[in-house]
Amino acid sequence: MRTSISIWFFIGVLLLLYGALITAYGVWELHTGRTAAVALARLHAPVWWGAVLLVAGIFYVIVFRPRPGR
Amino acid sequence: MASLLIPALTHSLPVPSMASAALLELPVVHRLAHLAPLDIAVIAIYFAMVIYIGFYLKQRTNTSEEFFLAGREMTAWIAGLAFVSANLGALELMGWAAAAYQYGILATHWYWIGAIPAMLFLGLVMMPFYYVSRTHSVPGYLKLRFGESSRLLAAISFALMTILMSGVNMFSMALVMRVVLGWDIHFSIWVSSITVALYVALGGLRSAIFNEVLQFVLIWAGALLLPILGLIEAGGWHNLQAQIIARFPGQNYTHLWSGLGSFTGNPMGVHWTGIVFGLGFVVSFGYWTTDFLVVQRVLSARDLRAARMAPVIGSAFKMLLPFIVILPGLLGLVVLPMHLVGEDVAAIHGGHTFNEVLPLMLVRYCGPGLLGLGITALIAGFMSGMAGNVTAFSAVWTYDIYQPLINKNASDKHYVTIGRWSTILGVLVSIGTAYLVMNAHSIMDYVQALFSFFIAPLFGTILLGMLWKGATPKGGFWGLLVGTATSIGLFLWVYRYPSALSYVAFSPHAQSMAENLYRALWSWTACVLVTVVVSLCTAPKPVAELAGLVYGATVLPQEPPVVFYKHEYFWAAIVIVVFFILNLIFW
Repeated sequence: MRTSISIWFFIGVLLLLYGALITAYGVWELHTGRTAAVALARLHAPVWWGAVLLVAGIFYVIVFRPRPGR
Repeated sequence: MASLLIPALTHSLPVPSMASAALLELPVVHRLAHLAPLDIAVIAIYFAMVIYIGFYLKQRTNTSEEFFLAGREMTAWIAGLAFVSANLGALELMGWAAAAYQYGILATHWYWIGAIPAMLFLGLVMMPFYYVSRTHSVPGYLKLRFGESSRLLAAISFALMTILMSGVNMFSMALVMRVVLGWDIHFSIWVSSITVALYVALGGLRSAIFNEVLQFVLIWAGALLLPILGLIEAGGWHNLQAQIIARFPGQNYTHLWSGLGSFTGNPMGVHWTGIVFGLGFVVSFGYWTTDFLVVQRVLSARDLRAARMAPVIGSAFKMLLPFIVILPGLLGLVVLPMHLVGEDVAAIHGGHTFNEVLPLMLVRYCGPGLLGLGITALIAGFMSGMAGNVTAFSAVWTYDIYQPLINKNASDKHYVTIGRWSTILGVLVSIGTAYLVMNAHSIMDYVQALFSFFIAPLFGTILLGMLWKGATPKGGFWGLLVGTATSIGLFLWVYRYPSALSYVAFSPHAQSMAENLYRALWSWTACVLVTVVVSLCTAPKPVAELAGLVYGATVLPQEPPVVFYKHEYFWAAIVIVVFFILNLIFW
């Protein structure tokens, strides 16, 4: 594609932001012990699922970052 | 496809309808979910991103090809994901999860046999003709192959139904947001409409495609957690099966094919012939190969190889979707503490409906942040579905109605302007339809039914047009007209005399879902028969005029050779093998 900003970069930014927010919340939950009243709260899904989103976001942002001539 | 409590949806493929008129009667005694500030932030970030993408892409959208076909420069991956994503609205997700709760794993047929063969057929057989003919739309292909009258019949019906469906879906989603989050219906309708109008009018199809790919990723990010946590709680797939059998003895909820030997052997009341020939052939092929909403995405591919590969890629992802749509519905049968009921029952006795299974699963497992992500996935699915409708409407209105009937020889810039304004007009008509439905609830079921009337005969017309040189312009037009009339006639017959179902669907035990499949089969058969008979009695076009349009009269351009693992046939073979294996595993 001729677009200088790839759709995958936008996706990376979104995943990175969501991953950072959700992981941060999960770590706060873990640290304070004030977990949300949901089933399987002991598994701390926000921590590991947020981390998955964060890593995927960082990967896409780096690989598809806007570069001159691309 | 009249909606019982669930069936019918986003476009023409008969899928569950999320919000039938009965849902309107439900008082909002309590919302299912409460959003935390973190959830609001997640949703706000999504809205900011899609509007930014619209403004960013406006500077790259100047010509009509850029506005209506995204410049024909999309990679196979982007076109393929947009192709499958255009069909993946929020209502589809929630509707099929609800269908899984109600009918069991049978709902998976709409993702596998009801999609995969048709998608592969589009990529490998039909796409070359669409692509080589350089048509801007499916009605545009009909013009080239059969002439102006067939094009106008298809274009006017498509434009009208697309925009009505867009309004019905808009209202349905606003209703869902009211039930799930307690949001005001007017707020949901106007905020989502203005956002979609803004980014589509600015960036055209390219903007819609970007947001569809974004939505696809969001849906996986937001929904994949549900089956993972659900299977952990249920103790794995085999334990889930055992618990379903223990809780619902005598019901066949966990087998795809073994209960289809009779109409009464499965919860859906459908026979395997309806699934294979009605769904797997006519309905599925009609939707995936002729509905311009999805075909438009593939036409945006940058070359013929990408255009052929895009549906193959889309089919692979389509095959995976039951794991985030159907599986949560099945898990709901076991892990949810309450038993869900139909909307009619809930309206009288209270309780949660089948349609709420996906939001209930979200609320069960997702705290702040993750809940916002799940809700964002639903909102994104809704908005991209609406964007799909208005981009397809805009292209068909401009190229197949405005240009031939109103202004034949305007400049390219003029048609882009018309495209932008027709986008806004389309959104406004959709809003009007939404308010019409709000005040006359039964319209919703009729609009959903109306859309299904056109797809099956259209598939008959285009299939014969692409594969048979002898199909004539008169044959194409009359076949399409009679096929459509057959579909409408059968619908009215069963509506007026319910006992007619025994003749239309071969069994008095058939349910609405089965009726849809057999009605499609009848209308397709009528279309094909009339097209063949009329074609045999009228003069065909000279073969020279069929170049680029018909098999046997077209020399396809040679694509540069590629290594085997980049070839569309290689991946299509893998998809079809996995398709058979999955069907055998869940037989």
